[in-house]
Amino acid sequence: MNRIELVSRRGFLNQAFTAGALILGTRILPASALANGPRTMEGAVESAAWRPDLFLGLETDGTVRILAHRSEMGTGIKTSLPMVLADELEADWSRVKVEQALGDKRLGDQDTDGSHSITDYYEAMRQIGATARLMLERAAAAQWGVPEAECRAQNHVVSHAGSGRKISYGELVAPAAKQPVPKKEEVKLKTAAEFRYIGKGVPIVDLHDIVTGHAVYGMDIALPGMLYASVERPPVLGGRVRSFDDSEAKKVAGVRGVYTVPGFTPPWGFQPLGGVAVLADNTWAALQGRKKLKVEWEDGPNAVFDSDNYKRQMIETSKKPQRVARSIGDVDAEFAKAGGRVIESQYYTPLLAHTPMEPPVATAHYENGKVQVWSGTQNPQEVQSSVAKYLGIKPEDVTTHVVLLGGGFGRRSKPDYETEAAYLSKQSAKPVKVVWSREDDVHFDFFHATSAMYFKAKLDDAGKPAAWLQRTVFPPIGSMGDVNAEYGTGELNLGWLDVPFALPNHRAENGPAKAHVRIGWLRSVANIYHAYGVQAFIDELAHAAGRDPIDYWLEQLGPDRQIDFGAEHTKYGNYGKALKAYPVDTARLRKVAEAVRERSSYDERKKQLAKGSGLGFAAHRSFLTYVATVVEVHVDSQGKLTIPRIDLAVDCGQAIHPDRVISQFEGAAVFGVSVALLGEITAADGRIQQSNFHNYKVARINEAPKETRVHLVLSGDNPTGVGEPGVPPIAPAIANAIFVATGKRIRELPISKTKLV
Amino acid sequence: MCGREPFDSEGVLLVIQLKVNGVTRTFDGDPEMPLLWYLRDVLHLTGTKFGCAMGVCGSCTVHVDGHAQRSCVWPVKGAAGKAVTTIEGLSEHGDHAVQAAWKQANVPQCGYCQAGQIMQAAALLAEKRKPTDAEIDAAMEGNICRCGTYQRIRQAIHIAAGVKA
Repeated sequence: MNRIELVSRRGFLNQAFTAGALILGTRILPASALANGPRTMEGAVESAAWRPDLFLGLETDGTVRILAHRSEMGTGIKTSLPMVLADELEADWSRVKVEQALGDKRLGDQDTDGSHSITDYYEAMRQIGATARLMLERAAAAQWGVPEAECRAQNHVVSHAGSGRKISYGELVAPAAKQPVPKKEEVKLKTAAEFRYIGKGVPIVDLHDIVTGHAVYGMDIALPGMLYASVERPPVLGGRVRSFDDSEAKKVAGVRGVYTVPGFTPPWGFQPLGGVAVLADNTWAALQGRKKLKVEWEDGPNAVFDSDNYKRQMIETSKKPQRVARSIGDVDAEFAKAGGRVIESQYYTPLLAHTPMEPPVATAHYENGKVQVWSGTQNPQEVQSSVAKYLGIKPEDVTTHVVLLGGGFGRRSKPDYETEAAYLSKQSAKPVKVVWSREDDVHFDFFHATSAMYFKAKLDDAGKPAAWLQRTVFPPIGSMGDVNAEYGTGELNLGWLDVPFALPNHRAENGPAKAHVRIGWLRSVANIYHAYGVQAFIDELAHAAGRDPIDYWLEQLGPDRQIDFGAEHTKYGNYGKALKAYPVDTARLRKVAEAVRERSSYDERKKQLAKGSGLGFAAHRSFLTYVATVVEVHVDSQGKLTIPRIDLAVDCGQAIHPDRVISQFEGAAVFGVSVALLGEITAADGRIQQSNFHNYKVARINEAPKETRVHLVLSGDNPTGVGEPGVPPIAPAIANAIFVATGKRIRELPISKTKLV
Repeated sequence: MCGREPFDSEGVLLVIQLKVNGVTRTFDGDPEMPLLWYLRDVLHLTGTKFGCAMGVCGSCTVHVDGHAQRSCVWPVKGAAGKAVTTIEGLSEHGDHAVQAAWKQANVPQCGYCQAGQIMQAAALLAEKRKPTDAEIDAAMEGNICRCGTYQRIRQAIHIAAGVKA
């Protein structure tokens, strides 16, 4: 796989379809078809007595085994998708055992990224469950010699209406396995009223293990004879080891060996950064040994990177005409006309790090040309490809065991750390666990891009924007596959080409910036900076026009419509989905905006604001989901900011597991607060200047919103993403609230850099 | 092990004895090794998590003689003669009031920080039976949750306080 393809794997980065839904849904494989297949599943599902599908196995004792093929990083997906299958199967959830799948391309796309697990697999899981249910009913009907229509599967039992006879699923396993697989059109999915778990939810499958400390994360893997590795990596991207002295390191008790890891061949993709690895009997010894290494580095060209200079350059770039990505009407002609009021603004956001609570960590065992990897990865198939490519073996010779992820946020879909582990296992001929320190995690992240945005609008006499020009500049994620990439591709689909306002004259541009650190995707990606700029700028216009920001926002949204990108000749990615099925529907945006206004009692609270308090609004569609928020801030006389309350109104079509949907938005509010108030990565001489949570701050309990209320305002349309869409509107709503509270307009993140009084 | 002498220069035996979850343990490795790595890599009690190694995130929180401590910056030698309790030893059946409340409120998302959160909350409730929101925030601000479960953590501590009352 070449690196361009690799970069485009994530659905939003190209306009291609995400794979899963195409592959699944109709593919119900009889067990016989699997008999000679490669054994790549984790075990129990595959060896179940009856295996009606790759994802499902039933035992004669009635145990139902369901594969979770998406990775669990906190969204609840390991529970939710099996729960959907179990619902259609009419399985008793207490008799369901969920098993995490290995990386296996037969399962379809497993890249748990881009908030599309439910969007792509909801129907497929239903289809599998309903097919197996029909086979159970038919088996019972055949056994009793009664019409199939008189038999009904319900809660792990099939009953016959006329005679009252009942037979359990376990007893039906053998005859059901002999049933021919029904055609898709024979299978009836449940109506919403028949749902047992969908729309209601069940506790997450790992809940007890998590609260008792028995849940297994990547950090917790231990193999017999395993060594622990800590790697000293080049401080500048692309740097090389010039020389090193490991004599002192080898004297540290418990140190078993020192190995070099080769640097990457450009483009860097997901390759390891290279460096010197210390392998030891335990993590502490490895860390102590690493401290004793003396390494001379060849820094290479990225040593020029200085984030202050870079910021100035990006801002300069954003002030000049750049590549046009979307154009409606004639912005230049409108600006050239006399009259009206021109407003210009410059916005800036810094680099951010993911910092999941579990730093990157992976364990690998290389033996006889094959590798077993244990990792909390978002993308086990990419682990297979990346490890295979680096070691010169075949992807099918890499087995990826997926364990729980201690947070992902996009970091764990980039398998540089698994590849390090596999390489070091091969070199040392031992199982190796590579443990990144928090400092490693912060220094060597795939950073969320810094951005500079320029906005210019002209308000007509009624205060409406007659022209709106916007430019964005950021180092692109595409630099992963092309070190010279300077322009955005997928990023423009994230809140830049899809500004929903009814603007008669509108132009969106993108200017160049070259990456000097690894740039990657972070929860909601470019929506973070684009929603911040756009949603704060329209708030500026509202205040300039002397209007209530929500009134003004709704007015500019214009009439209810589905944005016709074709008519305006805009190539909009739409998260890899057809616009016909998932339109950009301004009516749904309006509804969440109106809902959050009402449910937050915005109009009443606005009249009663205490000194130093403010309410701010923002609304944004991302990952096919519509979200609006009202944030309350308070700034005290010392300039200390607190956030008493955040309301979020969400239209994700349907909520399959409402509690986990709500929890994602509660979490997104906190994540958004970290982005808005605290997060900033800087660099000097190509070296990242932050290292751990004392200087790369994330929101703590006392800084997080005191209260977050999530209001589900569901349209009933296809279910859409929930992991990411809560994040983008938070930062602009906070900035907009601060303006109300203090009169200060925040045009740069993090807000902690601005004195608020 | 690895050439380490069992005695120091003054002839003192370098074997550390401590109790972990009620079991007496001896350790003759590096006495400076943080308790975290001793628990995880030597005893394989992996419920206690590594997050920062500088005492600023709280993922590694355990109880030492009943008080919440950051095991990542607490050398094993500092636990000599003391009783250490980890998440695995908080209750026999995982039914400590805090654990039960955590389940009732469906607190965890990824779950990685939650052992530390639970240990911190259990220590808080051992000292203050009915903490206020402000007291909860003050006690819990050293424990980061990147998934952002704080609202439910606060809620669960109140639930647990009700159970205890």
